[in-house]
Amino acid sequence: MAGNIHLTLKIKDMPLEKKIRELKEKREKILLGGGEQAIEKQKALGKRTARERILSLLDEGSFSEYDLFVEHDARDFDMDKKSLPSDGVVIGTGTVYGAPVAIFAQDFTVAGGSLGLMHSRKITKIMDHALKMKIPLIGINDSGGARIQEGVNSLAGYGEIFFRNTISSGVIPQLSVILGPCAGGAVYSPALTDFVFVVENISKMFITGPEVIRTVLGEEISMEDLGGAKVHSEITGNAHFYAKTEEECFEQIKKLITFIPWNNSRKAKMFDPGEPDQEYRIDKIVPDDPTLPYDVRDVIRAIVDKSDFFEIMEHYARNIVIGFGRMGGRTIGFVANQPLEMAGVLDVDSSDKAARFIRYCDSFNVPIITLVDLPGYLPGVDQEHAGVIRHGAKVLYAYSEATVPKLTVILRKAYGGGYIAMGSRHLRADFVFAWPTAEIAVMGPEGAANIIFRKEILSSDDPDGTRKQKVEEYKAKFANPYVAASRGYIDAVIEPGETRKFLLHGIEISDNKDVTMPSKKHGLPPF
Amino acid sequence: MEKTENPGLLNIDTTLYKTNISGKFAARKPYRPADPRIISSFIPGTILEILVETGQEVREGDDLIILDAMKMQNILKSKVNGKIKCIAVSKGEKVSKGRLLLEME
Repeated sequence: MAGNIHLTLKIKDMPLEKKIRELKEKREKILLGGGEQAIEKQKALGKRTARERILSLLDEGSFSEYDLFVEHDARDFDMDKKSLPSDGVVIGTGTVYGAPVAIFAQDFTVAGGSLGLMHSRKITKIMDHALKMKIPLIGINDSGGARIQEGVNSLAGYGEIFFRNTISSGVIPQLSVILGPCAGGAVYSPALTDFVFVVENISKMFITGPEVIRTVLGEEISMEDLGGAKVHSEITGNAHFYAKTEEECFEQIKKLITFIPWNNSRKAKMFDPGEPDQEYRIDKIVPDDPTLPYDVRDVIRAIVDKSDFFEIMEHYARNIVIGFGRMGGRTIGFVANQPLEMAGVLDVDSSDKAARFIRYCDSFNVPIITLVDLPGYLPGVDQEHAGVIRHGAKVLYAYSEATVPKLTVILRKAYGGGYIAMGSRHLRADFVFAWPTAEIAVMGPEGAANIIFRKEILSSDDPDGTRKQKVEEYKAKFANPYVAASRGYIDAVIEPGETRKFLLHGIEISDNKDVTMPSKKHGLPPF
Repeated sequence: MEKTENPGLLNIDTTLYKTNISGKFAARKPYRPADPRIISSFIPGTILEILVETGQEVREGDDLIILDAMKMQNILKSKVNGKIKCIAVSKGEKVSKGRLLLEME
């Protein structure tokens, strides 16, 4: 009984309350980050603070912060006299639409979000946690780069992060959000992750900045033109999602999370299925003349649940379209030639874009639907010299290697190498369907007739007339799906209106697809 | 992002396709084979030293110009035997990448 009396007395003295008050005070001080002035500066740039960003991204009340009290331990250059709250990075876990995520956000208000040893240890702690718990990792980058005062410790920190990005690749989804500068070596963490999000006027990514380029090379360029959001979305292909504001960017992140599984041993969450919108009339989208353009995204919208198609890398290599949609409630990865842009050809950039996405889908158990309509590969010295052989081979590799369900619909043209590359039977598509408008041939009728009937055309009294006649002959014989169907290279010739039905059924019965690949350490894709 | 549309015709295997032409494709430079008589800067930098004069006879492998770039002194050598036709830069000049430095006959 004496013990209980002792306890009562303690509560009366309120040391616990005092301690809690002390904790609250300590927290409040740290939560101010780099202080009010630095926060004001951050806001003036249209940016939010690290914690505001995390709180607005995660489900309300779901965020648990760790390592709040971590401080840097640098000694040189009078650093020991400085306090850097939380060492300039916020880490923790929470949920997005109920899905668990690990998250870190660099705090630019604290020493410019610079990366020192303890800063990096916080990031690697949450990365280790994400990998161990098999949950997605979201990294918000807003940092001036390495903390010069911490020397090689800072470099070591980056290296530890890159290593973990690589080891986690294909196990857990990794998302990088660039909400400020991300320069020098720091850019390689996002580059190693699955999806990179950028925001106009806020994101800046480059290896060497405008200042270095000016002094060393004498070339003048602004930060925005060198490595702004638009540059990485349109030209370099480093970014997958482009937004005008942080709010729009966060909506994109949340939407993406709904489409992908937590890790590579799971499937994406099933949603309630729903029919496509009536406004997308699948039989009215594709013109019969194979030289006329249309927007292939309308075909996708005419097929997917609720016509909800979530495009990835919308502004880069537009001649191929990639993204997620759902069929029967299941997440599907779509790869489609885009006749609206560059006639939908395969080239260096579109091959890169498609191949990487196919590998993403394969890693995370997302079935792939390929829509084919392409005249072949883009001719040109620049393409050949840029390595279209090596880059184009990535598409073949990615499709061949993928063991997720693979379904292909040939809408119109499928000529030559393009036919083989775009998820053909020969690369082990599970189902290949073709519309009656499909033309499966070595090349377009004009080119083919010119070669096959070269002698007849040249020796004719009316070469133009003979050419036209031979082109028509070739069209009638080969510009259709039935030659390929007669060999079993396609499984069914279907009406456009039957597409969703055939695909839904194909996806459903492929749900337990099981393919064994020969044992190897890893393959050697051409990159 | 505003979408730029640039409708045109693309020729693939002698068939013309009606489609949008990408900025990258439209801006591509036509290929020109390299001319060994033209020496241009392969990297932006500063002309540190000009080792030859107009009219001088040089042999393949002779040093022509020292270009200071990326903290390296790059020695540009002649790729052919011949005579210096003209020197397009002067000592100390900053040059951009691809700039003509020297031409041989």
